[in-house]
Amino acid sequence: MTTDIEATAPKYLRGKYAIVGVGETGFTRGSGMTTRALGTTAVRNAIQDAGLTPADIDGMLSYNGNDSVPSTSIAGDLGIRLNFYMDCQGGGSSTEALIGIAIGVIEAGLCKTVAIFRSMNGYSEIRIGGTGRSTGRSSLSGDALFGRAFGQASAAQNFAHTFMRHMYDYGTTPEQVAHVKVIHSEHASNNPKAYYKNRVTVDDVINSRIICKPLHLLDCCVETDNGNCIIVTSMDRAKDCRHTPAQILGVVGRCSKPRVDNHYQAGPISTVAGVYAKEILWPNAGVGPEDIQVTGSYDAFTFTTMLQLEDYGFCKKGEGGDYVSSGITRLGNARPNNTSGGHLCEGYTHGIAMVIENVRQLRHDVDDSCPTGADGKRMHTYDYSAGGCRQVKDVELSANLGWATPATGSALVMARGA
Amino acid sequence: MTMKGEYLDMSVAIDDLDKSNQEFYSHCGTGTLHLQFCPSCALMRYPTTTACPWCASPGYDWRPVSGKGTIYSYCEVHHAIQPVFRQFLPYMILLVELDEQAGEPGQHDGLRVTGNLTTADCTMASPDVVAGVGIGSRVRVVFKDLGGGLALPQWTLDEDAEQPAQPWRYASD
Repeated sequence: MTTDIEATAPKYLRGKYAIVGVGETGFTRGSGMTTRALGTTAVRNAIQDAGLTPADIDGMLSYNGNDSVPSTSIAGDLGIRLNFYMDCQGGGSSTEALIGIAIGVIEAGLCKTVAIFRSMNGYSEIRIGGTGRSTGRSSLSGDALFGRAFGQASAAQNFAHTFMRHMYDYGTTPEQVAHVKVIHSEHASNNPKAYYKNRVTVDDVINSRIICKPLHLLDCCVETDNGNCIIVTSMDRAKDCRHTPAQILGVVGRCSKPRVDNHYQAGPISTVAGVYAKEILWPNAGVGPEDIQVTGSYDAFTFTTMLQLEDYGFCKKGEGGDYVSSGITRLGNARPNNTSGGHLCEGYTHGIAMVIENVRQLRHDVDDSCPTGADGKRMHTYDYSAGGCRQVKDVELSANLGWATPATGSALVMARGA
Repeated sequence: MTMKGEYLDMSVAIDDLDKSNQEFYSHCGTGTLHLQFCPSCALMRYPTTTACPWCASPGYDWRPVSGKGTIYSYCEVHHAIQPVFRQFLPYMILLVELDEQAGEPGQHDGLRVTGNLTTADCTMASPDVVAGVGIGSRVRVVFKDLGGGLALPQWTLDEDAEQPAQPWRYASD
């Protein structure tokens, strides 16, 4: 399906870096604390998870949409002296891109170990689309003249043309796409920290109220307050860390379609940035989609999961509806997607929690309700009924497909390290 | 000088540094849709940009276009994010492909303009009109006066055009 995969000769820095620590605050609608406190908690938890101390962290990266706290505050609170830090603008697709930047700055000698965090009161303070407590109304100027003036403000309203056109071009049905929510809800029912743990049906999705066509309420993700962190370092240093490393085989950062300023001007609009990103991802990682055992395809909406799986080559172009309704993405089947329940059910984090989930999958220690053994690791039952296990059996390879818009995506392939 | 107008409960303020948008909305104020035209590669573009997206040339002229097009995709909003739009539910956000330059420069490229479905006098279309419009419907531009010499381009069904027997509508309709 993908051309030019060369698995024998390592390309770029394949396999040289790893994610060694993950941490979070959990998901609420009303955290009762600042984004600074959420971020500090997440970073601290990730450092402990890695078996490191704050003094081992000398790089920090974060992303936000004018809704969060900079690295300097978190580093100060935890007594970390940084050799490198940077905070960037952006939401979905930032996590994977920042992992690429972390690898780059470590390789260039700027620092040794990088904490990447995202902290947001995404429900109680600043909600995507400009609603919520801390947003004001500003005059229409610049790009807003071509969007907000027409009542086009939210992500759903901005992406809908792509979703609708995919249905027009390929005959994709609402019922097919609803399976994304159904399956993620099953996964969330096995995730004690998921915000919504109830299992839903295709009818539940189709009968939920329309937000903006083609999206029903249950086609949309769940806004939450949360802080999340991952820690990136070299495979050499990973040996000193607590857990089996999630080894990074390939990364793509904010790969875009043409006319990223207004992507509806160029190309088929039912195609998303993954069609370009896959030509970087699979050759650099040295594996193809058929090798991947668990995916984290960004589910801001049910459609975003489908479009990305399709354009990264997990199925043929136009067959995304068949793919996501086939059941293949369900735990227990060939290639589960978003085993945490994802943004549709676990909680909205702009993508970082989907990477955390796959790190835990590759450790074979996903945090479900299975009993813990003498070694401190869960004894997985692989019984995926509600309230049960969500560990993918013997998983060795994962892929994350991050989404910013139809025109921009990022991706990450990880392997269970030695 | 900043050009100022009003639309619904929103103020419009186009700074004089933003010359191309002042020109775009001033042209709309005169009742004709004009797009930036690149003298180097002879392609028009939307929305306004500071150089040609197809050849990077910074220069531009303005070219009038017919203001007729076909609905390429749409979003029918039933839950408004901006409070002022609640009164119009359901309203349609259209992606209109202009007749000019369709399929150029690439086979799947085109001039795709955003706007709402409105009546000929620029009020938001009623629910029964919304229910009959979809991909393939033919529309023409109309201009909502914002004051200050500015106007906002909107779209109404083209009464003179041949309409598809059944425009493509979202599955449950």
